[in-house]
Amino acid sequence: MDGEELTEQETALYDRQIRVWGADAQRRLSKAHILVCGMKGTIAEFCKNIVLAGIGSLTLVDDRVVTEEALSANFLIPLDENVYAGKTLAELCCDSLKDFNPMVRVSVEKDCSSQVTYQASVENFIVSLMLLWYPAVPSLLRDSCGEIFVDLQLHTYSKKKLEETIECQLQYSSFEEAISVPWKILPRKVSKLYFALRVIERFEEAEGRNPGEVSIADLPSVLKLKKELCDEHSLNESHIPDALLERLVSSTREFPPVCAILGGILGQEVIKGISGKGDPLKNFFFFDAMDGKGLIEDISNSAGS
Amino acid sequence: MTCERFHFSSARDKVDLLSHLIIDMDTIEVSNLNRQFLFRQSHVGLSKARVARDAVLRFRPQISITPYHANVKDSNFNVDFFKQFNVVLNGLDNLDARRHVNRLCLAADVPLVESGTTGFLGQVTVHIKGKTECYECQPKPAPKTYPVCTITSTPTKFVHCIVWAKDLLFAKLFGDKNQENDLNVRSSDASSSSNHVEDVFERRNDEDIEQYGRRVYDHVFGYNIEVALSNEETWKNRNRPKPIYSRDVLDNELTRQNGNMDKNCSTNCPSSVSAMAALGMKNPQDIWGLMENSRIFLEALKLFFSKREEEIGNLTFDKDDQLAVEFVTAAANIRAASFGIPLHSLFEAKGIAGNIVHAVATTNAVIAGLIVIEAIKVLQNDTKNYRMTYCVEHPARKMLLMPVEPFEPNKSCYVCSETPLLLEINTHRAKLRDFVDKIVKATLGMNLPLIMHGSALLYEVGDDLDEAMVANYAANLEKVLSELPSPVTGGTMLTVEDLQQEFSCNINIKHREEFDEEKEPDGMVLSGWAPPPTVEGANKTIDNAGSTSEALPVEAEKSEEIETAPGKKRKLIEVSKNDGTSNAEEIKKNEKLQVLDDDDDDDLVILDGGDLGFSPSKKKCQW
Repeated sequence: MDGEELTEQETALYDRQIRVWGADAQRRLSKAHILVCGMKGTIAEFCKNIVLAGIGSLTLVDDRVVTEEALSANFLIPLDENVYAGKTLAELCCDSLKDFNPMVRVSVEKDCSSQVTYQASVENFIVSLMLLWYPAVPSLLRDSCGEIFVDLQLHTYSKKKLEETIECQLQYSSFEEAISVPWKILPRKVSKLYFALRVIERFEEAEGRNPGEVSIADLPSVLKLKKELCDEHSLNESHIPDALLERLVSSTREFPPVCAILGGILGQEVIKGISGKGDPLKNFFFFDAMDGKGLIEDISNSAGS
Repeated sequence: MTCERFHFSSARDKVDLLSHLIIDMDTIEVSNLNRQFLFRQSHVGLSKARVARDAVLRFRPQISITPYHANVKDSNFNVDFFKQFNVVLNGLDNLDARRHVNRLCLAADVPLVESGTTGFLGQVTVHIKGKTECYECQPKPAPKTYPVCTITSTPTKFVHCIVWAKDLLFAKLFGDKNQENDLNVRSSDASSSSNHVEDVFERRNDEDIEQYGRRVYDHVFGYNIEVALSNEETWKNRNRPKPIYSRDVLDNELTRQNGNMDKNCSTNCPSSVSAMAALGMKNPQDIWGLMENSRIFLEALKLFFSKREEEIGNLTFDKDDQLAVEFVTAAANIRAASFGIPLHSLFEAKGIAGNIVHAVATTNAVIAGLIVIEAIKVLQNDTKNYRMTYCVEHPARKMLLMPVEPFEPNKSCYVCSETPLLLEINTHRAKLRDFVDKIVKATLGMNLPLIMHGSALLYEVGDDLDEAMVANYAANLEKVLSELPSPVTGGTMLTVEDLQQEFSCNINIKHREEFDEEKEPDGMVLSGWAPPPTVEGANKTIDNAGSTSEALPVEAEKSEEIETAPGKKRKLIEVSKNDGTSNAEEIKKNEKLQVLDDDDDDDLVILDGGDLGFSPSKKKCQW
């Protein structure tokens, strides 16, 4: 392992987390490259977490300019208009993130539509992590609840069982595959948020809206769509409470503590994925500040597990 | 976690109007920077409270924050001080401070949001006087102390060797010479002259350091073991240790080589003096063999005497003192080798000896978010929705974040329900001092106690006492309980108070002649504090438990899993919402206190193998 030892500086800085996941995992992190599209509050939190953790490099994509909404939920954006004028969200976040850990290379890429895929090759282990936040599939956060979707494709990892280490493998579904699973075959107790978000998604798609571009005025149409979808899927309408849909359309602003929670969980999953240690989340995570639960749902159509 | 919570609460519009206060006695260390992101490399050594405040103001300049670089147990943070606030958020990681703040919040009737994290685990709990459990309603597992004989004579785990190396050997060689020290094994031959034994650790004038080192080595790893072996009884059912002598492990050649290498390091400043560096050993994660450990032992000892002589006699172990860590690791490993216990790397040994809490940014972020959510509920008086939330590593019933409704106060909690306790003690042998140290301070967590027997004041602490009283109390400390001016015998009741915490406790005394040396090493047993009645699978909490006693360090227990208590939980008493005051108004008037004391040093953590790719057979402790 010559030349691959952690430097003295790294050992000192990462001491407390090396005690959690080991030096080997830390080395793998330092070789990982991550691409992030869309600098919302949750993603800003996530970026902070993985930069602190000591990944190899991080590339940001977001050509939008600063808005009041961005200022309220994205703590990486400086408040001073003199500072942020003329810069894109990605550029501003990049400057802030570099500060958190000088050992991580943070850069900006313009425009995600070219679908650049970054890959980290760590001893035959290839990680392609952009799927977590395709512009079309953001980790959604609306006011006080949110969803994370994970697709690690065919993922091999190790974990401790009793006194020994065992190798495991999981086959993930793509997002399209996952959401095409017929609703009526899903277990009865699946989180209502799952269905509600799918309804909103479908509405946004049909109306040509960007994610999050809904308001209370849309509620009647959304409720109508819900009924149609429930009929289509033979799902009892009680699985998608109207009140929940109302919440989701009325306030699409991010709530900072929930950004932190989702950004924390997301960060943990990415670190686990890169290090190949520990059961990764499969495949949806929901958090709702109303009831305080953080739930995992496995909604996939792949045979393997 | 401090950092996280601060910046969330700051990011929220309404909260901008609150004023905040932050208390933290610590300064910033490099190892904080992997998660305490308000701090930078350039801040190392500065006050956490102040730097955090400055950092937050940079992105929310209109907020009012007052930093206090102070210990939250200072007497100026009294009940009146706490009464100013509408909520207290704890980011402490030692049990002592948490209990202290808990009592002050009860006395001031201020809601408390408690929290803690270790690695991937964490929790947030809410405590409202009279409505929910206080922080101490559920007994926190008492930090475990090791029987002296396990440390001095019959270690079975690596942690026993660490404690021996740190609190006995290191203390004996480099610490206060006047301190009592159990380093030398009592042999069955009572007539062995103790004078001779004492001299062994004193370096004679102009004695060659090499020679001195070997002499110490041979004495503790060779001679002492042989003496211990002569007690046949001890080893009837135990594996016998092997005496180890330096001549068998190292020959003279090697030490001469060490001497040469040392010349290259002679320009090192004291703080970077290192045996590992001198011996060309680079990787703290390597597990050294007996020979390497022995070389480190001797080299470290030599470096202490040649480069840091002026400190000898005043040193206490500090996990950030590289040379001390090297010495303790080596000594513990040699002892472990002797007793057939697996050896450990410096990295691992440092964690055990330094009670290092392992921590990552992500868990802290999650818990901080949850803290803010609860704090906002408190400020909005949203009583029905208060939750205790547990963050786990392996999902239970699909949940990674598990919310539970708070329980009613425990009716037999001696802190918030004032139930009397029972103390079994030998009133003819135990002195008042023992009672004060072991029960009042260590167990009950009082700082400035006052002890009364009926109307007689047996003991108190304070600035305003006159000389005669001080002398009287000093005299009382040395008396056995039954011989105090107001004799304490079986059947009497003592009242113990801490005026700062506004906490009072009654203790019924029961005389008992004998105590089991192994199971009841303190010679006294406190009881009467019943855990709250819950169904099996009781709600266990993870805590940052700290070592509260100055005695041999502690290993606190961990609850392996969090299980929510189903069914029969005691109901939260409903609080009816009062008038129609608008929430926004209330929030404007409110203030918030954040109490932080991120002292990583206090807690013993032994890592769980789990999924972490770490060495197996270690137990995770509380933090």
